[in-house]
Amino acid sequence: MRELRLDKLGAIIAALALGGAFIAPFATFRANRIVAGEVKSVLDALPAGWSAVLLGIVVCAVAVAAVRSPAVLRLVAAFVALATLALGIGVAATHLTPEGNTYARVSPASGFWIMLFAFGLLAADALTRLRPAPFVRVVVLVAVLGFIGILLLSGSWDGLSILKEYASRVDTFWAEARKHVTLALGSLVAATTVGIPLGVLCHRVTRLRDGLLGVLNAIQTIPSIALFGILIAPLGWIAVHVPGAAAVGIRGIGVAPAFVALFLYSLLPVVANTVVGLAGVPRDANDAARGIGMTDWQRLVGIEFPLAFPVILTGIRIVLVQNIGLATIAALIGGGGFGVFVFQGVGQTAMDLVLLGAVPTVVLAFAAAIVLDAVIEMASPNTRQAEAA
Amino acid sequence: MPKLATLIRIAVFLALVAFLLQPHWFEPLLRPLVQDNAPVIYNQGSLLQLTLLHLRTVALAVAAAALVALALAILVTRASGAEFLPLSRSLVNIGQTFPPVAVLALAVPIFGFGEKPTLIALFLYGLLPIFENALTGLTTLPPSVMEAARGAGMTSGQRLLKVELPLAMPVILAGIRLSVVISLATATIGSTVAAKTLGEVIIAGLQSNNLAFVVQGGLIVAILAVLLHDALQAAERRLAARMGR
Repeated sequence: MRELRLDKLGAIIAALALGGAFIAPFATFRANRIVAGEVKSVLDALPAGWSAVLLGIVVCAVAVAAVRSPAVLRLVAAFVALATLALGIGVAATHLTPEGNTYARVSPASGFWIMLFAFGLLAADALTRLRPAPFVRVVVLVAVLGFIGILLLSGSWDGLSILKEYASRVDTFWAEARKHVTLALGSLVAATTVGIPLGVLCHRVTRLRDGLLGVLNAIQTIPSIALFGILIAPLGWIAVHVPGAAAVGIRGIGVAPAFVALFLYSLLPVVANTVVGLAGVPRDANDAARGIGMTDWQRLVGIEFPLAFPVILTGIRIVLVQNIGLATIAALIGGGGFGVFVFQGVGQTAMDLVLLGAVPTVVLAFAAAIVLDAVIEMASPNTRQAEAA
Repeated sequence: MPKLATLIRIAVFLALVAFLLQPHWFEPLLRPLVQDNAPVIYNQGSLLQLTLLHLRTVALAVAAAALVALALAILVTRASGAEFLPLSRSLVNIGQTFPPVAVLALAVPIFGFGEKPTLIALFLYGLLPIFENALTGLTTLPPSVMEAARGAGMTSGQRLLKVELPLAMPVILAGIRLSVVISLATATIGSTVAAKTLGEVIIAGLQSNNLAFVVQGGLIVAILAVLLHDALQAAERRLAARMGR
């Protein structure tokens, strides 16, 4: 039998997870939305059978983590533990809420979050060690999102306070979600359509490059809430003075200034990465293309652009993740999006409402990063070999 | 005149100082931005004091982030911490997908309103670029130099202090610069949770529909960011030149 050796990272994860399971509280119970809550340990929060199952699985996963074990086994242990936690917190909500009481609120407490963090760390570490192919990473992401979707649809989380906040705002939630995605994606599309030609132009005309990149850099230094605010005035002016502008939705406050601000922030990464990507095209490739008599335009479309594509995609990834985060600020100027719930929640010191806005934002940004990273890796086929060499 | 750029920066800096000390001198410039009787210059506090508080928040957060990030980067690039290196890279990537507003909003229930959640959010957000750059700097040292240091009989502690850190310093400083610029802008969001920063001026402008407030708050932050960015970049260049890199 192989000697069992301690895994350093695993030991830290084990300590965290055991502390979260046995010392810290698992769930918080509040009689209504505003009063202070009382915390419940795993044993109090769950029916006896469930707490035994949860603690048993946590201990097993901790054992796998603490010793040097195969990465696949660690990944399975992490996912089983995470799934049990996800199911368990739903059960706790149902268990703690008295029958028929609609005021009571149950939310995850520190122990739940610590265990979530510990096993999330274990999963991240296992995935890092396994280095799955880009396609596999997307499949894992879809599977995890699918699992969360099933939990949400089956109603097993309905007792949780964040979903009670959701239940009382179903319509606005989806309207704000649509606005959020429209803002983030729409400004990305606009920035790509304008930014890539600008980048090509900057690549060809050196004098233009420094000036334009300087201006775009300066825009990045303006704090987002100020840029959103500054744009209110010119857009308001346009709405009043340009015929037809108001009809297509351009107004001083609301979606229009938020859209323009996100667009302006997005230009720099797109333009700069296009310039860097084109500059990185090997001289030989260009010379060969010229040698066989390709025109400038053919060279751009057939040689330069495909070679620069992965770098340009990296710029697009930066923009998308950044826009999903920044779109929350739009709520401050009436532009909607998940920020509405975040700032309402901060205003009412209602943590659940903050989470209702923050969690979807983080999930969206995270999913976008994983998908685009995978696409970038697939678009640049030689990186894997280069890394392996 | 090779130093025109420097002269412009000095002029901008002096204008900023003048604006903070005697804001009413600039009233005519901002007057067109407001409706008739609205105040032109922020009147619910001193701009100078808010600027200093803003800078203090950023300085505290970035200093703490730099210390922790550097310590962690040194730890994971030693032989004993090598196990953590791949994971720490993925964590940095994951961390950077968290929107600052979300970090800030989630810090409020734990730390209450005011400066604390802002400091925590800025600290966490500032960690990433510094850690990332410190890792790059410490893992891409020329092997010949490391070999020579080992050959000269230096202990691992001496190598770290006299060879690795000095050589990696320009890259680490670049990370700190990035962190400072991001924090300067992000700190304004802190005012949505009642932190005393220049964001207060901008938010007051948004709430009372006073464009002059929004512009002056935003411009002070932007100018601070540009000046600090350039100053740190100059320091990096000087250091890099001394390192012969």
